[in-house]
Amino acid sequence: MSRHRGGVPAPLLVPALLAVAFLVLPLAGLLVRAPWPDLLPQLTTPAVGEALRLSLVSATLATLVSLVLGVPLAWVLARTRARGRSLLRALVTVPLVLPPVVGGVALFLVLGRQGLLGRWLDEAFGVTVPFTTTAVVIAETFVAMPFLVISVEGALRAADVRFDDAAATLGADRWTTFRRVTLPLVAPGIAAGAVLCWARALGEFGATITFAGNFPGTTQTMPLAVYLALQQEPEAAIVLSLVLLAVSLATLLLLRDRWLGRASVSA
Amino acid sequence: MSLAAEVRVRRGPLAVALDLEVDDGGVLAVLGPNGAGKSTLLRVLAGLLEPDDARVLVDGVVWDDVAAGVHLPAHRRPLGMVFQDHLLFPHLSVTENVAFGLRCRGVRRAAARAAAGEWLARVGLDGLGDRRPGALSGGQAQRVALARALVGAPALLLLDEPLSALDARTRLTVRAELRRHLGEFAGSTVLVTHDPVDAMALADRVLVVEDGAVVQAGTPADVSRHPRTDYVARLVGLSLLPGVASGRRVRLDGGGVVAVAEEADGPVFAAVRPESVALFLSRPDGSPRNVWPVRLTGATPHGATVRCELDGEVPLVADVTAAAFAEMGLAPGARVWAAVKASEVAVYTR
Repeated sequence: MSRHRGGVPAPLLVPALLAVAFLVLPLAGLLVRAPWPDLLPQLTTPAVGEALRLSLVSATLATLVSLVLGVPLAWVLARTRARGRSLLRALVTVPLVLPPVVGGVALFLVLGRQGLLGRWLDEAFGVTVPFTTTAVVIAETFVAMPFLVISVEGALRAADVRFDDAAATLGADRWTTFRRVTLPLVAPGIAAGAVLCWARALGEFGATITFAGNFPGTTQTMPLAVYLALQQEPEAAIVLSLVLLAVSLATLLLLRDRWLGRASVSA
Repeated sequence: MSLAAEVRVRRGPLAVALDLEVDDGGVLAVLGPNGAGKSTLLRVLAGLLEPDDARVLVDGVVWDDVAAGVHLPAHRRPLGMVFQDHLLFPHLSVTENVAFGLRCRGVRRAAARAAAGEWLARVGLDGLGDRRPGALSGGQAQRVALARALVGAPALLLLDEPLSALDARTRLTVRAELRRHLGEFAGSTVLVTHDPVDAMALADRVLVVEDGAVVQAGTPADVSRHPRTDYVARLVGLSLLPGVASGRRVRLDGGGVVAVAEEADGPVFAAVRPESVALFLSRPDGSPRNVWPVRLTGATPHGATVRCELDGEVPLVADVTAAAFAEMGLAPGARVWAAVKASEVAVYTR
C-alpha cells in the first residue's frame, strides 16, 4: 500500500476509478453509438427543432420566473430573523428531494380544471393551465427554483453583512442597499444559481409530462421527445440525447468560465 | 452641532451603560479593551442597533428615545462612519464609493461625482478615482473611507478603530492626516479605539470604558496624569508633548527641548511612557539623556508601582517602584531630577 505523499491508497483508488468509469462510460456509449453521418438531417427535422426551441424557451422563462421570485425568497431566508424561517426553508426545498412526478400531480391538483386555484381561474377568466406551454414553464419552475434559492441564499450568507451597515450609514434604505450593494456582491452566486436552475429546468421530465402532457409543439420538450423517440426510432433518441449532452457541457463550461473570470477580477 | 447620548444596551453577558456629550467640533475618544462595549455604543449611535434604553440627541434632534418610542433608522441619520477595515464596496470604483452617500441622498450623478472628486483631492488621492478598492493600499483605502464618511457634511462622525488595521508606518501618516481633517470638521466626532496614542493624539476628551461602563473621563492630559484605576494607569500613562522637531531635537511648544533618537522635522508629538522616566534626588551624571528639574505634585500607588505626577519645564508622568519611592523619601512638593533616554522617546507627526 502506498503511503508516501501524493500516493492514493488502493482501497480508495479502485472505487474512485470505478466511479469515474460509471459516470463517463454511458456518455462515451452515447458518442460511440451516435449515427454521425445522419446527424445533420436528423437535427434539422421540424420535430427536433420544435422540441429544442420549446425546451430552450420554457427553461429560460422558468429561470426568469425563478430569479424574480427566488432571489427575494433567498434574501428573506438569509437576512431576516423571521420566526419559522427554518421551517420555511425546509418547505421551499422540498421540490429538491420530491420525485418530480409527485410535483406534477400536486400542481395538477391545484391548477387543474378541478383544482383549488384552477377551478377559479377557469370560472373567472376561462383560463385553463394544464397541457399548455404555460404549464411546462410552471412545472419547470416548481422543480428548478429551489436550486436557485439554495444557491443564492448560500451566496448571501457568505457575503459580509457589514457592507449593509456601511450602506445604511451612508443613507441607503434597505431596498437601495439590496439593489446597489447586496445584489452586485452576490451576482456571481446568482449567476451560478441561474445556470443551475436553467439546466435543471431544461432536463425536467416527470413534473412536465404529468402536469403539461406530451403535445408536440406546445408541451413536448426535449426530454419528452427523447423518451418518445427511444420507443419508436432509437437513432433519433440518440441524436436528441447528444444535443442535450452538448447543452449540458456548454452550461458547465459557462459556469466554470464565469467563476474563474470573477475570481481573477476580484483577486 | 453637538451630541448628547445616554445608552443602555445588553449584549449577551455585557451590560453597556454609557453617557456622553460632545460639543461642536469636539472629538471624544472612547478608549477601552476589546469587548468593553465600545463598538456596541457606536452601533447604537449609528442606528444599526436598537438599544434597550437610550436617548440620543444630535443638534437638538432626537435620534433615539426609547421611552418615547422614537428610533430614527440608520439611513435617515446624517452621519458618517469609518470602519476598522474600511468596508469600501468592492464592486464600485473609488469615486462611486465616495459618491454613494450623496447619490442615496438624492444628489444628481454629476454633482455627486464632482463632490467625490474634490474630497479625494482633499485626502490626497487625486487621480485614483477610477480604481477599485481592491487595488488600493490599506492607508489609501482608509483615506477613501474617511472621504466617503465626510463628503455629505454629516452632523456626527463615528470612527470605529480607524487606524488599527494599518501597519505601524502607515498608521503614523494616516493618524496625522486624520488629526488635520478632524480639526476642520465642524460636527461632533466619536472615536472608538483601544490604542491610547490614537486617543491622546486625536481627541480633546477621553472616555475610558471597561465592561460597558465609564471608569474615567477627562482631557487626555487629565486622564494620563490622574489615572483612577490600574487599568487606566497601564493604558494611558503616556505623556504626549507637542513640539516642533528638527533633526534629533524637539523644541516643545510649552518650552524645553527633548533629545530623540530618530530624525524628524516639523510639528510632532514626543511621547514618553511613564516607566521610561527615571527619578533622581541629585542631577545624574553625563550621558546622552534628557534631564530636567521637576517638582513632584502628586503620587498615586498602583500595585507595585507609584505613578508620580511631575511639574516643571517639561510636564511628565513617571512610574517608580513602591520600594524606590519609599527609599528616596519622596513626597508631594519634593524637588527631583527626571531623566529619559533619547531612545525611549517616540516621535509622532501631528
